[in-house]
Amino acid sequence: MSLIKITDLHKSFNSQIVLQGINLEIKEGESLAIIGQSGCGKSVFLKSITRLLKPDRGDVYFGAKNLNELSSSELIKIRREIGMVFQSAALFDSLSVKDNVGLGLRESRLFKADEIERIVEEKLNLVGLADAADKSPSELSGGMRKRVGLARAIASNPKVLLYDEPTTGLDPVTADLINELIVDLNKKLNVTSLTVTHDMTSAYKIASRIIMLYNGCIEFDGSPDEIKKCKNEVVQQFINGKSRGPIKVR
Amino acid sequence: MNLGIDAVGRQSLRFIHTLGGLFVIFIRYIISLRYIFSSIKLIIDQVYLVGLKSLPLIVIISIFVGAVSAWQAAYQFKFIGAPLRMLGQAVGKAVVIELAPVLSAIVFAGRVGAGITAELGTMRVTEQIDALESMGINPIRYLVMPRVTASFLMVPFLVIFANFVAIMGALLVAVVGVDLTWETFMIGFRDSFKISDLINGLIKAGVFGMVIGLVGCYHGFNTKGGASGVGKATTESVVLSSVLILVFNFIFAIILFRI
Repeated sequence: MSLIKITDLHKSFNSQIVLQGINLEIKEGESLAIIGQSGCGKSVFLKSITRLLKPDRGDVYFGAKNLNELSSSELIKIRREIGMVFQSAALFDSLSVKDNVGLGLRESRLFKADEIERIVEEKLNLVGLADAADKSPSELSGGMRKRVGLARAIASNPKVLLYDEPTTGLDPVTADLINELIVDLNKKLNVTSLTVTHDMTSAYKIASRIIMLYNGCIEFDGSPDEIKKCKNEVVQQFINGKSRGPIKVR
Repeated sequence: MNLGIDAVGRQSLRFIHTLGGLFVIFIRYIISLRYIFSSIKLIIDQVYLVGLKSLPLIVIISIFVGAVSAWQAAYQFKFIGAPLRMLGQAVGKAVVIELAPVLSAIVFAGRVGAGITAELGTMRVTEQIDALESMGINPIRYLVMPRVTASFLMVPFLVIFANFVAIMGALLVAVVGVDLTWETFMIGFRDSFKISDLINGLIKAGVFGMVIGLVGCYHGFNTKGGASGVGKATTESVVLSSVLILVFNFIFAIILFRI
């Protein structure tokens, strides 16, 4: 049985249609990369899965639960099973690194202060930032911010991790470090992951399955090996980074 | 001509949409009040940030408001030949009923309302509010409730100080600039002072505080775009708060101070 099931997902902003009827099933333990041109709706798709954006039409199932039919308190419980790493890391400026990582645990009121401290230390160790616990987000580099965002996302031991362009804006070496961290965490924590990216190096490294969004629909769905051999001109233009071809630059 | 009508129509619809949005956020704020005791630390932080830190500014402004009121009243009294012993009476009423609540609220809107919108607007455009929601934290409880509650509590608190400081400013001008004895000024003030005026002024101040908090949060939550979006939302927040303060002040004048 699939862990996440998306049926007939539609989303538009005013007259701009972004997603038009996405159907997708994601199995437990899968590492899915969602690729596509900038502005094609990858992040919208990711945010629709957690209901940060409400779809115009269509359903998202987490296990047997339809997110559209949940009350706000049930949705909060589901969201605690989904960790999200944002493109800009989205760290809270007013909080230290350790408070950022522990915020979700503290606000859930399910853990005691010493437990939260232990979990925060453990997660910061996992991303290699134990020494930065007392720093403020403004003192961190781009790569460190992403790692803190990752530590925060895994703090509640989620079943699913969503990454929104985790390597964007990083130098190739730091990007590779983040990719390795994602692969490592997926194995250690045994999570299902969905990664939005347009960095093909990253997609090949972290994904067991790749989908490509184009014109609001899924243009390709297959393994990294299959996408390399795919004859579809749209797919080939994108993965090889060519300016000439059927994809028009927006 | 048609373009002008279109523009007025669009602006009217936008204003109605904003009022609807404010009503929704007000209802969500009321619902979130069930968490008030578990969020007491967040509220205390905001009380310090929005309230106590506004105190020096309110004090400085109130001194001059009181001083200029006394000076202008004395000038008018001289012009119409009214006795100067009534200065304390006139200035006291004006300060307690109107000047302290309204001017403190407008200053508070400029300092705190703008700050709330800029902070929440930046959080919105940098996905920090999305991050809160993705962690299962209700942003209305975590961000809106403490700020609106602190504004609601602290504007009346500031108005009490503003009343006192403005009367002192007026007294100073009366004694130094108008040659009135402080006893004469204070007798006039005492004779006209009614506790109901003070309470009505504080009720107004509480409502103004809530309006400023709600408008600040509403515009912050609905910020779009980057830095320019935050700037635009902040400006709109201060303008709308100021307008609503004056509108509510007029409504209160009709309800509380019947002719």
